Parts: sequence; C-alpha cells; structure tokens
Amino acid sequence: MDRDLSPQDKKDLDKFIKFFALKTVQVIVQARLGEKICTRSSSSPTGSDWFNLAIKDIPEVTHEAKKALAGQLPGIGRSMCVEISLKTSEGDSMELETWCLEMNEKCDKDIKVSYTVYNRLSVLLKSLLAITRVTPAYKLSRKQGHDYVILYRIYFGEVQLSGLGEGFQTVRVGVVSTPVGTVTLSCAYRTNLAFMSNRQFERSAPIMGIIVDHFVDPPCSGQRPATMGHPCNYRAPDEEDGFAGVQDSQEVCTTSFSTSPPSQVGCTRSFLASFTLHIHQTAKAIVLHAGKEGGVLLVPAYPPHGADAHLTVEHAPNTPGSRYISPDITSTRDDGRRSASPTDPVEALNAFTRKVGAFVNRPVTQITAASLDLPFAAFAPRGLGSEENDPMVQPPDSPPCPSPLQASLHSQGSEGSGPQDDFVMIDFRPAFSKDDLLPMDLGTFYREFQNPPQLASLSLHISSQSMADDLDSLPEKLAVYEKNIDEFDAFVDMLQ
Amino acid sequence: MNCRSEVLEVTVESRQVEEAMLALLHTILLHRSTGKFHYKKEGTYSIGTVGTLDFDCDYIDFTFARVSSEELDRVIRKAVSEFKDALSNSGSDGMGQISLEFYQKKKSRWPFSDECIPWEVWSIKVNVVNLANEQERQICREKVGEKLGEKVINVVEVINRHEYLPKMPTQSEVDNVFDTSLKDVQPYLYKITYQITDSLGTSVSTTMRRLIKDTLAL
Repeated sequence: MDRDLSPQDKKDLDKFIKFFALKTVQVIVQARLGEKICTRSSSSPTGSDWFNLAIKDIPEVTHEAKKALAGQLPGIGRSMCVEISLKTSEGDSMELETWCLEMNEKCDKDIKVSYTVYNRLSVLLKSLLAITRVTPAYKLSRKQGHDYVILYRIYFGEVQLSGLGEGFQTVRVGVVSTPVGTVTLSCAYRTNLAFMSNRQFERSAPIMGIIVDHFVDPPCSGQRPATMGHPCNYRAPDEEDGFAGVQDSQEVCTTSFSTSPPSQVGCTRSFLASFTLHIHQTAKAIVLHAGKEGGVLLVPAYPPHGADAHLTVEHAPNTPGSRYISPDITSTRDDGRRSASPTDPVEALNAFTRKVGAFVNRPVTQITAASLDLPFAAFAPRGLGSEENDPMVQPPDSPPCPSPLQASLHSQGSEGSGPQDDFVMIDFRPAFSKDDLLPMDLGTFYREFQNPPQLASLSLHISSQSMADDLDSLPEKLAVYEKNIDEFDAFVDMLQ
Repeated sequence: MNCRSEVLEVTVESRQVEEAMLALLHTILLHRSTGKFHYKKEGTYSIGTVGTLDFDCDYIDFTFARVSSEELDRVIRKAVSEFKDALSNSGSDGMGQISLEFYQKKKSRWPFSDECIPWEVWSIKVNVVNLANEQERQICREKVGEKLGEKVINVVEVINRHEYLPKMPTQSEVDNVFDTSLKDVQPYLYKITYQITDSLGTSVSTTMRRLIKDTLAL
C-alpha cells in the first residue's frame, strides 16, 4: 500500500504518527492530573512544538508510552490505548475510560503527508484537548485527593473494554486519513458508576481518582495540590539512566513549515504524586473502627487522647505498566517514633491486618500482650484471673434479650479474657453512664431509665395533702377578697 | 462553493449566557486558529505555536480549553457581552442567536469593494429561561454543563470531517484568509454577529404579515 509513497514521505509519516501517539498520551494524562492546564502561545516557531501546539512533555509519561510502544507504531490491529481508572484509599479500583488510537486499512493515497496529514493531526490534537475536558472522568479527576486517586495505564495491542462495565459510551474524537491507513482516536467511558454509590462515595470527593505517580513535582513549584502527597522520584526498574528516552524525543519536527531545530525542554512541569508509608512503632496493634464516612480507618489500639494516627502510604511501583499514587492520609502523630517504612505497601498493609486488636475472637493462647508489642502495654489490665471483676466479661445486669452491642461484648469479652493479658480492652463509657464502681453498659442504662419514677407532685398522697391545706385556708382567703371587693369590681369594669 | 452551516442550540439561565457562548465560540476558534505564519524565501513558511488554557465556568459545571491568547479572548468577550446585553434588554423570555462566520476575502477590481465569502457559519441559538429557586439553579448548572459537553462533541465531530478549508495562502494573500491582527495566534478571518428574537417572535410576525398580504392580494 505504501508503494506509491516516497521514502521521505514514509519516513515523515512514521515520525508524525509516532509523535502524535506520544502527544496524545501526554494530553490525556495531563488532563487527568486534577489541575487546570495552561501553556503559552508563541508567535515565533521554536521547532520543538510538534503539530504547532504547546503541549508539555512529562518525561515519565513519555517513558511509559515509549515502553508500551516498544519501538512499534500504532498500526492495523495494533492499537495504542490509555486506560484511566480510579483507585480508592481502600484499594478498590474501577476503570473509568479507555482512549484508543487505532489505525484501519482505509488509505488515502492522494493526501499530502507533510502538509495535510500534519495539519489534520494538529486539529485532531486540539479536538482531544477539548474532549478530554468533557468526559465524566474529568470532573472526577479534578476532585481527586484523599479518598481516591487516578491511575493510568498504557498498553499496546488489542483494545480491552470489558472493564468499563455495561452500557459504556463511546465518543469519537476524530479521524485522519493517511496514505497507509486511517488514524482514529476515540474514547470509551464508563456510565455505570454503581460501585461508587454502593460505597457511599456520594460526597464531594467521589470515587476513584487517577493515581499518577509519574510526576515529579519540583521543590519550588506550588502548582501541585497538597493532596497529592509527597513527591518521590520515579525509578524505572530496568533502566539506570531513567529518562534515556528523552534523547530521541529531541527529533526535529520537520515539516514544510518549521525549519529550526527543536530544543526539547526537560521536565519543566513534572508532577509526582505518591505518598510515604510510615508505620508507627506504636501503632502495631490495630483496631478496626468504622470510619465516620462509612469507610474503614485503621487506628492504633491505644491512641493517645484525642489523637488519631493515620497512615501515609509510600508507593513503590509493583506492577509494570501500572502506576499509581494513593492519596495522602497524613499522620497527626508526629511523636518522632516513625519507623522506616517497608517498600512494598501491599506487604505493609497485610502486616497491619495480621495484628490482633480488641474484640477479636481468638483463642486466648495465641495472643499475648508481649507478642503484640502494644503501646502502654504496662497499663493493660492485669490479673484477669478473677473474671468476676471484669465488667467486659460479666456486665452487671444480664438482660434476657441483650442488645446486639452487648451481646458482642459478651461473646468477645468472655472468649477473649483469661488469666493472661491477651487482648486489648477499651473501656466503653456511654454517655450518661453512672460514674460509680460499675460502669453501666448502654443496654442496662436504657432499660433502667426507660421507666422513670413518677413525679412527686403528681403522686396521690401529696396531692391529697395539699388539697386539705387549701380547704383549710379558704375562709381566710374569702375574708380578704370580700374586703377588697371594690377593687375587684373596678378591675372588671376596666376590662369591659 | 457552498458555505457550510452548523446550528447549535442551548437553553440557559440568563447568568449562564456569557459563559455558555464563550465555551462554544472558544472551542470552535481553538480548531480554527493556527500559530502566526512567518514567511521565508522560496515560498516556505513556518508556523508559531498555539498554547491552550483551561477555563472553569463560574455559573456552569463545565471547563473548556481555549486558545491561550488574551487578545483573542478580549475580542470574543466583547462580542458575547454585547449579545448578552442585547438579550437581557429584549425582555425576560429572550431568545437570540449569535453567529460565528468564517470567511475569505476576494479581491475585486476597482470600483468594487472586496467580497467576503463565508465558508463556514456556526449559529448558536440561545433560549433564556428564568428559574424560581436555588435548587432549580443548581440542577440547571449541571444540566447545562452536560449539554455544553454534548455541543463540544458536536463541534468536534463537524470539524473532524475535514471538509473545505481555504488553501494556505501566499504571503501577499494571507490577509484574505487569516486574521493577522493578533500578536500571538492567527485565526481564520471571522466575524461575530447576533440577532435577538423577542418573546413575541418578531420573525414570526413578519411572516404572518406577509401571509396575510399575500392572501389579500389574491
């Protein structure tokens, strides 16, 4: 099919398609960073701006794109796809959209490569800029932060749309005919966001965000939002020099218009959103608490008064081609006891869940305070051999129909207690509970105060007593009223 | 050559008129602007770079990308502002239409003036509604944002058909095709016009008058 194409045209066309693919990825990923994009127009051609558009190149993104392409070009049956997905702070993820750069067999032999194809690719990039602000994922990406982050993944080959759920919509950005095929750019986006509503993410910060950990934020830049976490350097595991790919991106965008050589700018505006996982030495015993917003927070068993220890997670790339940064959940307990974090956050999280906390139904023998390495372990209740004094085990009044909470306290308290300090207990002091030797549990309190005693003034013998007094004092009162009868008459006349 | 004509229709609240018009006009102009041309010897030329800027609307749940040129933005805002004022002066149930026309100049011999030949006309019809309460306004914010998104997709679809575009001009003819008055970008020659239809529908009454006249003439 490209017999009629001159070698120079073929070379130019390949270059145009290659850089078009790279710029497409840049536009898509930059549109999902969560920030407004701003680039300057320049009347003087620099030669470094492909397709006469000011689209900055984030080196990590270029690197990922080149890695996915692996020296090939999008062609017939070989599509380049950018998958945008969302990952919550709890680890759930969902694909939001897939952008596809495809090539089909329909050729236009008569079209001029260095002029028409180039200009049309430029128009297509402008269309991509417009459409990336219109799909639903844009709004989600602008709100990413604590609850979710946005992921991107670049792959080459067959388009995979199964992760978008049922009823996904497709929008075609545009097509450009070339002598070797027709380039098509389209986006398939999820419409079924049911996962989000089930997870009670109907707050201002909806589900997934795209986690993008490719972006290194320069120290002086104030553009990266604070919610993106701490910057960290991207390390390509199989390359020592990191961004070697930058070299060949400095190719001249040779067109019939631009003649000056390009000067590829390095990472002028690079982002990195990642966060550091610090595990508190003191927070190794974990209690699972229902979070305020329906999520689950991991908190240490013995938090200091009023302090919540949150976790910040440091991400290390663990899946080739898939990069993410979790939202920054900053720790408020900066007591200087932060330990070095494990490099693998998944492992670290697993380590958390293996720890034992209160209300755990475990045989007594498996758990000891020492093995838990609890904070304030010295203050944990000792001498629990006498279970009779343990209110957690035997609450004062055992009602015939226990409340669910009390039932759970019962079961966990009785199973878990023993002569050893084998689990962490938290004193559960409900509001209005009596402040005496036996802290009352909520159920008992409720039952006791459900039937309060009658008011004294309403009780019969008191009322009868007062009536007798009233009757006795009546004659005196009548005498006084008769004396002042004129006053009363005048008052009545005034009213009439 | 036939002029390509596209019509977009939006229904907005009065305070959303300006941003809705800016969104659509800027989206069209983004596609119809290039960098500044610099002509060299031997008939070649180089093209400057067009930057882009994201704009968050205040009254609509919408963000759009526009050309990064303050001069161009000023010109468009001025035209939209005049349209908005005319619309609000016409009455509460204002309907109007703002048109963005791309044209080429054709030099004519003296004494005839240059001809302006439109090759693409975008007409944006606006229906202005009044809303009763804040809740309705909030719903309107989101709905209009979605509608504008659909309109942007329509615009992109039309433009990517790659139908007629004026040929790239030589240096002597560049002002017949492009607006070279701006410092940083070069849109195709364009003009923005508008017309207001009041609630009675002036155009309708004109048609009725004509019909009656014709009937009586029989």
